[in-house]
Amino acid sequence: MLDVHIRSKQFSSSEGAELSVLKHLGFSCADRSFTCIVGPSGCGKTTTLRCILGLDTEYDGNIAFNNSMHSEACESKVAAVFQEPRLLPWRTVEQNVRLALNHVDNKMLDGLFAELGLSEHREFYPGELSLGLARRVSLARAFAVDPTVLILDEPFVSLDDDTAARLRRLLIKVWSARACTALMVTHNLTEAIELADRILFFSTSPSRVEHEYDIPVPRDERDEAVIQSIRAEVQAFVASGRTSEG
Amino acid sequence: MPVWLLSVAALLLIWLVSAWLAQSRALPTPMAVGSAIVTEFQSGDLVRHMLATLGRVVAAFIVAMAIGAAIGIALGRNQKLNNLFDPWVILFLNIPALVIIVLSYIWFGLNEVAAIGAVALNKIPNVIVTVREGAKSLEPQFAEMARVFRFSRWQTLRHVVLPQLQPYFAAATRSGVSLIWKIVLVVELLGRSNGVGFQIHLHFQLFDVATILAYTLVFVAVMLLVEYLLLQPLEKHARRWRVNHA
Repeated sequence: MLDVHIRSKQFSSSEGAELSVLKHLGFSCADRSFTCIVGPSGCGKTTTLRCILGLDTEYDGNIAFNNSMHSEACESKVAAVFQEPRLLPWRTVEQNVRLALNHVDNKMLDGLFAELGLSEHREFYPGELSLGLARRVSLARAFAVDPTVLILDEPFVSLDDDTAARLRRLLIKVWSARACTALMVTHNLTEAIELADRILFFSTSPSRVEHEYDIPVPRDERDEAVIQSIRAEVQAFVASGRTSEG
Repeated sequence: MPVWLLSVAALLLIWLVSAWLAQSRALPTPMAVGSAIVTEFQSGDLVRHMLATLGRVVAAFIVAMAIGAAIGIALGRNQKLNNLFDPWVILFLNIPALVIIVLSYIWFGLNEVAAIGAVALNKIPNVIVTVREGAKSLEPQFAEMARVFRFSRWQTLRHVVLPQLQPYFAAATRSGVSLIWKIVLVVELLGRSNGVGFQIHLHFQLFDVATILAYTLVFVAVMLLVEYLLLQPLEKHARRWRVNHA
């Protein structure tokens, strides 16, 4: 279980002005669940992920990884898929993935590369790959460390629709085969509906969770029509929430 | 015929004609220099002194790059440290090579350590300034990726930091090798009993210009070989991942 409670997170400008980004933000993600965060741009979604990843520690609150799956007190492993693939351009695809690993299991690696359709590209340098392929390598690296929590920050942004759709299916396939808790930020509501068990809607800054929506339909039954009807329902749900709050 | 060959031939021709016109011991013909090279080679002096000088160049280069790079990275990453030591760097950058050599012989004696140390000390400030520039422009995205995937300090240095500094090392190397071998000659002239600088000094006292030019030309040739056979292939290897190598 991933528990996030951030009482407040502020940025100070160079002129000393304080900007409050997050306020009373709280949510938790059940083990092996897939949660998507949707919200207006600039509302602190990426900041939230950075706090969870430990890249930003200047906040008031606490973030806990309560690990029931691996009760033998092994440390929770967090992996990330960043918005930009962030592959080291001077290392090959294979080296980029291996560098993230402490113990390299060659069989696991062969399987993972095959699953993500990267078997042919292991000796390529990232500069020789398309953005779609680079994103797959970034996914491979994240899954290779066998994380308990996987953080994804708009991993499919600026791809064409077909490539993005293919990568979403690939993500679900690889994720379903593994036991990890996924938390993903996206701008794209349809994408969130296709992937998530639950969607968190962030308010405008200073952000908190404004609505939560559990998607009732199992993931493999969500075809185009189902997604569209859920989308309409979600939008109505969010709108009604807004008006009821006045 | 390639242009560079024509250009070298033209230079030789000008030298030849001037030497004929001058008819002086102060300007020997290319043939006289050639026969001086053969004489020095047959006596074994050429190889012995060349190796002594080359050894000092290599030692001073390694010391200067290692110390300069370490200080450069430290100053580039830490603004406070940089503010504190920047005046020192500027001071050392502007001390004449001759002063450092003379003082180093006076303080540490006429020995090999003082000689190599003096040469390295002349080069270190240049390496610091170049590498510091590189360390200031390190990509924070890669550092964050390394943190999330728990790279060890050594992994981060070797796979994330040093490859980003490679162009700066290449620049420091290029300007370094030529600067260092010139200073090594001065060090040898002032306080060593072997090496190309010592031989040039000896033949200066004998007014033997042909042998002076013989040593000069052979040493320049050796440094060109180092450039083409060692430095350029190394740089090509370091840049192999760049796609636009057209």
